[in-house]
Amino acid sequence: MGEIRELLLLVIGSALVSNVVLSQFLGLCPFLGVSKRVETAAGMGTAVIFVITLSSGVAGLIYRFILTPLGIEYLQTIVFILVIAALVQFVEMFLKKFMRGLYEALGVYLPLITTNCAVLGVALTNVQKEYGVLTGVVNGFATALGFTIAIIILAGIREKLAYNDIPESFKGMPMVLLTAGLMAIAFCGFSGLL
Amino acid sequence: MKNNSPAERLYNGIVKENPTFVLVLGMCPTLAVTTSAVNGLGMGLTTMVVLAFSNLVISALRRVIPDKVRIPAFIVIVASMVTMIQLLLQGFLPALYDALGIYIPLIVVNCIILGRAESYASKNPAIPSLFDGIGMGLGFSLALTCIGAVREVLGAGELFGFRVMPASYVPFSIFVMAPGAFFVLAFLTAAQNRIKRNGEKKGKDMSKIQSGCLEDCTACGVSGCCGHAFYGDSGKKEG
Repeated sequence: MGEIRELLLLVIGSALVSNVVLSQFLGLCPFLGVSKRVETAAGMGTAVIFVITLSSGVAGLIYRFILTPLGIEYLQTIVFILVIAALVQFVEMFLKKFMRGLYEALGVYLPLITTNCAVLGVALTNVQKEYGVLTGVVNGFATALGFTIAIIILAGIREKLAYNDIPESFKGMPMVLLTAGLMAIAFCGFSGLL
Repeated sequence: MKNNSPAERLYNGIVKENPTFVLVLGMCPTLAVTTSAVNGLGMGLTTMVVLAFSNLVISALRRVIPDKVRIPAFIVIVASMVTMIQLLLQGFLPALYDALGIYIPLIVVNCIILGRAESYASKNPAIPSLFDGIGMGLGFSLALTCIGAVREVLGAGELFGFRVMPASYVPFSIFVMAPGAFFVLAFLTAAQNRIKRNGEKKGKDMSKIQSGCLEDCTACGVSGCCGHAFYGDSGKKEG
């Protein structure tokens, strides 16, 4: 039971308390760029969950069974970025061939995720915090879940904001950034959870 | 100034095409590490070293690298540079290494670096590319130091670790926390919007001022950035 409890705490910690976009600033580009509508935001979120969970598993396995035995841990950055890039391409080809429905839902977003800093960031964090492969996958899933929560909330707010009267200079990005700042304050409240 | 001369490249990177204030690229590190002016400066200089040397190497190899695999090749070069810098920092500047943490390896995915490699270094000779990297890096350092200084003064009442505000000043500690980064950037982009609008009213060409990755991702035109680079035109056709 102790292990499950620990994993659950990890999920809450990664998804809410130290939210990947709002407190670590990783994956800002898609967070700001694909949050105009809730529908597309949800699509992006799903794609991110899919890719990060998969890539943190693969990166964890490579680190544990290839880099560590050979004593070349310092190559992690190079290896991870190439593996992630190849993995995303492979996933796209696989989905296109075998899972047409899922491809049509996520296909547009996959190319945008390849060099997303959140994906590489999770793989590196897992190594830095010395997580095992399973813990790493759980951490990856939770981080991506946090991203999805944040982007869907932001998209919901932006849909409403579109009807408001905003000062000329603050139209567009400045307003979205202010919204994100207020969301970050709200997410600070979760730090009391753990 | 002559085109592509070292001085022109430095001026271009620091003022004309400042990566943060004009092109708005590389926002993740800009927001994350600017909790103080020193951290901003450290991140900026680290990025500058990576940018200068990766530009130099990429430019020197531009006739050797086949066009089809150029982006993965660029990434390997950049990642090697970053790994070297990371090990050097760990050895010689452990304090900065600890302060910047995971954002050092993440320099690899900084849009500025791949962007310069794709749009400048892969098409120009080695020496101008080196200075292009130094100029862009200095512009980035300058911007990060400024943002860091604003946040440090407002959030802690200090500048470069020295107290600058009167003793009665109560710091807004929110500015050194995560939300403060969003607020500072919001006002920065608002000022940028205003300058662009005023310039356009006077009939000046303001197309240089971009919003980088802050605009709609699916309609983004920044080459060499994000995943578009990997897929080239094939990705766009299907998307």
